[in-house]
Amino acid sequence: MNSTHQVNQAHQAGNLAEFGAGARDTIPMMIGAAPFGVIFGTLAATGPLHGWSAQLMSLAVFAGSAQFIALGLIAGHASFAVIWATTFIVNLRHVLYSATLAPYVAHLPARWRWALGGFMTDEVFAVSYAHYQRRAPGETGPYYFLGSGVSMYVNWQIWTVAGLLFGSAFPGLQSKGLDFAMVATFIAIIVPQLVALRFVAAALAAGVLSFAWNGWPYKLGLLAAVVVGVAVGMLLSMRVERRSAEMERAK
Amino acid sequence: MKYVLLILGMAVITYGIRSAVFVFGERLSFPPVVRMALNFVPVTVLTAIIVPMTFAPHGGAAELTWRNSQLVAAVVAVVVCALTRKPLLTIAVSLAVFFFWQMIV
Repeated sequence: MNSTHQVNQAHQAGNLAEFGAGARDTIPMMIGAAPFGVIFGTLAATGPLHGWSAQLMSLAVFAGSAQFIALGLIAGHASFAVIWATTFIVNLRHVLYSATLAPYVAHLPARWRWALGGFMTDEVFAVSYAHYQRRAPGETGPYYFLGSGVSMYVNWQIWTVAGLLFGSAFPGLQSKGLDFAMVATFIAIIVPQLVALRFVAAALAAGVLSFAWNGWPYKLGLLAAVVVGVAVGMLLSMRVERRSAEMERAK
Repeated sequence: MKYVLLILGMAVITYGIRSAVFVFGERLSFPPVVRMALNFVPVTVLTAIIVPMTFAPHGGAAELTWRNSQLVAAVVAVVVCALTRKPLLTIAVSLAVFFFWQMIV
C-alpha cells in the first residue's frame, strides 16, 4: 500500500518534470510568438471586432496565421464561408504534423489524443518532434507535449491581451525582430536532422521554393514547397533503396 | 455577436484538422510509402517557414547583404549547430549575434 503510494508519487514527479521540460524547451518559441500576439491584438483593436471577440479568437482558434488572415478578411467584408474555407487551407499543414507525431501518441488513451491535438501549432510540433524522435514510439508520455502546448497557449493569450490593451504604445514592434528566436530554434531542430544527402536536398528544395512562392495567397506556396521537398526526399530514398537492393543481388 | 459564430466555426475547423489523425489514427496504420514521406515533413516544413523570414525579413525582395541581421545570425546558428549539436548553445549564440548585429548596422 505504502509502496504503491510512493510509486504514484514518483510517477507524478516524473510527469511534472516532463511537463516542465516541454515548457522550458518552448521558451524561445514563446519569445518569438510574443510580437505576433501583440500585433494581432493591436490590429484587432482597430478593426470591426470587439476586444473580447478578438480574445475569444485567440482562446478558441489558437492559430496565428489563420487569425491574421481572418482579421484581414473580416475588414474586407468577406463572407463567413470564405473565411472558413481560408482557415481550412491555411491550417492544412497541421495534418502533416499530426500524421508525423501520430506514432508517438497512438498508444495514449483517447482523451489524451483529443486534448493534445488542440495544442498543435508550428512551434509545439517542432519542439515536441525534436524531443520524441529520440525515443521509441510507445515509450513516450503525453506530458512533454502538454507542457509545450499549454505554455504556448497561455503565452498567446497573454500577448493578445497586451496588444488589445497597450498595442498603440508599441509602434514598429515588427521591426524589432524578436521572431528571430523562432528562426534560431527551428535551425537548432533542422540541422541535426540533415544526416544524409536526401534530407539536405529535401530541405533545400522546400526552402528555395517556399521563398520563390512566398507571394501565393493563404500559405499555399508554403504547402506546395513542402510537397515538392518531400517528393525530392522520397525520390532520393527510393534510389538509395534500389541501389542497396542491386548490391545485395550482386553479392 | 455574429462574429461569435464565425470564430466558433474557425475553431471547429482548426481543431478538426489538428486532431483528426490523432483521434482516428489508431485504426489506420500508415503504409511504408507514407511513412517514408512523413520522414521528410519536419525538415521541409520548418525550412520552408524560416527561409522567407530570413532572406526577406521585411517582405518583398531578398536582402542578400551583410546588413541583414536575420541572415547573418541564421548562418551563425547553422554553423554553431553543425559543429556542436547543442540546441541551447545554438539559440543563445545566434540570438546574441542577432541583437548585436542589429545594434551596429
